[in-house]
Amino acid sequence: MSINRRNFFKVIGATGATFALGKDAKAKPTNEEVTEFKAILYDSTRCVGCQSCEFSCAEANNLPEPTDYPEVGKIRKTDETRRTVVNAYETSKGEVYVKRQCMHCNEPACAAACLTRAMHKTSGGPVIWREDKCMGCRYCMVSCPFDVPKFEYHSANPEITKCTMCAERQQNGQIPACVENCPAEALVFGTRRELIAEARKRIAENPELYYDHIYGETEAGGSSFLYLSPVPFEEIGFNTGLQKSSYPALTKGFLYSVPAVFVLWPMILLGIQDATKNNQKNADHTDEK
Amino acid sequence: MNNTISFPLEKRSKSRWQFLLGELKPKGKMFTWFNIISLPIMLLGLVLIVIRFWKGIGSITNLTQEVPWGLWIGFDVVTGVAFAGGAYVVTFMVYILNMQKYHSIVRVTVLNGFLAYVFYAGALLLDLGRPWNVINPIIGNGFGTSSVLFLVAWHFLLYMIAQLIEFSPAIAEWLGARRARRILSGMTLAAVIFGITLSTLHQSGLGALYLMAKEKIHPLWYSEFIPILFFVSSIFAGLSMVIFEGSITHKVFSDQISKKNHHAHSNILNGLSKICAGTMFAYFFLQLIVFVHGKRWEYLGTTMGNWYLIEMLGFVLLPMMLYFYSYRSNNVFLIKVASVVTMLGIIVNRLNVTVIGFRWDAATHYVPSWMEIVVTLAVIFTEIWIFRWVINRMPVLRESPSWAGEKH
Repeated sequence: MSINRRNFFKVIGATGATFALGKDAKAKPTNEEVTEFKAILYDSTRCVGCQSCEFSCAEANNLPEPTDYPEVGKIRKTDETRRTVVNAYETSKGEVYVKRQCMHCNEPACAAACLTRAMHKTSGGPVIWREDKCMGCRYCMVSCPFDVPKFEYHSANPEITKCTMCAERQQNGQIPACVENCPAEALVFGTRRELIAEARKRIAENPELYYDHIYGETEAGGSSFLYLSPVPFEEIGFNTGLQKSSYPALTKGFLYSVPAVFVLWPMILLGIQDATKNNQKNADHTDEK
Repeated sequence: MNNTISFPLEKRSKSRWQFLLGELKPKGKMFTWFNIISLPIMLLGLVLIVIRFWKGIGSITNLTQEVPWGLWIGFDVVTGVAFAGGAYVVTFMVYILNMQKYHSIVRVTVLNGFLAYVFYAGALLLDLGRPWNVINPIIGNGFGTSSVLFLVAWHFLLYMIAQLIEFSPAIAEWLGARRARRILSGMTLAAVIFGITLSTLHQSGLGALYLMAKEKIHPLWYSEFIPILFFVSSIFAGLSMVIFEGSITHKVFSDQISKKNHHAHSNILNGLSKICAGTMFAYFFLQLIVFVHGKRWEYLGTTMGNWYLIEMLGFVLLPMMLYFYSYRSNNVFLIKVASVVTMLGIIVNRLNVTVIGFRWDAATHYVPSWMEIVVTLAVIFTEIWIFRWVINRMPVLRESPSWAGEKH
């Protein structure tokens, strides 16, 4: 088959048109309504460490009520019986309270790690865990840069537990329990876009009060939990060394190479096999020696 | 020699069921040292497994919320699969490169690889919190295609099938099924090509599993090159296992091995040690590039830095030189020594990535409980028992029955 100049341009033109049209069609949303990620903004300058969020979280998720309280020098961690904790830190600007829970990343490592899609980033923002799919491999725990998913090690039917941003309550039109019950208005619920704008406004209006950074805006590719702090974030127990791009991006290169290997390897192997066929006869002769 | 050919002949006089029942009975002495040591451990392991399914994983392991994968993944699966890599390397050499010299070790290596996968995938089930959902990624209750573990799980399954096909002519010969043997042997090359492709991807995939644990693994062991390092090291890990296992089976099952193959064995070991030396050189060089590329020298001088140097110099460079020297001087004993040191090095390396270097900075370190170790040993011993059962019955080490025609 030969391709002359004119045909070549025809083909190129047709291909280009297909791509252009194809793209156009794809960009048109099938559903007119564009959902934005919901998010929670936590302002640690407002938090008084009252643990209302902890109590309401326990109540909303049928978990035992907390029995200890935030203390400087003691790091309380979330575990299978509590999905959020408030810790106190002694900083350069005095005592600061920090609430911790799942960050609800935009591109969560846990969801990319999950081989059954039990960990799932919903279109509304919350990252949830689905019991009927999970096989309990705990790869989500290995992958999560914030060490959020917890596992019930002492159960014959263990679950992975973590904050769900009250996804069920959100479906019923309610806001997350911790936000609803925060008396100090340290927690605000809204779309991620709105809350980043709100956080920027607070920093701009009160530059002495805030450290100029929104934790969660870019960390690990951005998350639905956004933090404001009066001091640099490493002073209040945050890992500030986390990469700014998303964690699933780390395995992209490997996963993209898989189809290529799957197509190329068998071809190459067959080729080598064919090329070395004659060795078989030669070897039979040398064996006699 | 006579009794080796007698199986298929006997078969015709008895029904196949009677033959299978007869084969199930144990052969050989019951009270050997191996049996006396392994049996209690296997029984204890069984008890522990019952407790684990009854009271949860935490009842017998020391796993924590920070270190969710311990010995069972780091050693049983990640290290065990590297050791099982010999099967794809040897089938590559024999069926793709047509290096006929290694033909006599194909079956035993594939059997070893197959059993390793079956048992390490089995050990994986023990580590799953909700093992009844293990079929979900297969049946599509969530195709997590963005997950490296999804790839690894599918590959384990497919590669086990490929290895079973590669080994199946031996089963057919054992059962005296001539037609089946002809059909199954015809599938060998396809299974080999499929198997090598799968192995390339999941040997590296086991390393890629840890790519997202970027801040959790000590920087001396974390790099974006983990998949390539895991793949390259699986070549000499697998071959060292072949050397090690071969030198044991040649002693234990010496009655099954023909004189010709017995003499050929040292020649085979010599060839393998050359390949090991070569791939280890490539691996060492890769590690060196990663070291320089990652500006890792700042970590030297720390405890982990010294440990890293011990691994690289004592467990990679040293056995590499041993392999090279023993190949040049044709010293079979040194080859075996080198294989043991290499295997220790692979254990050290895989554990450094998965357990020792994982959360090296945590306040409390994960140390496996004695029960985790017992279960691991029980899994290994059970595998050896099955291995021995197969070797004593099927033409793996011994020659195929005469009706099978060409050598296997």
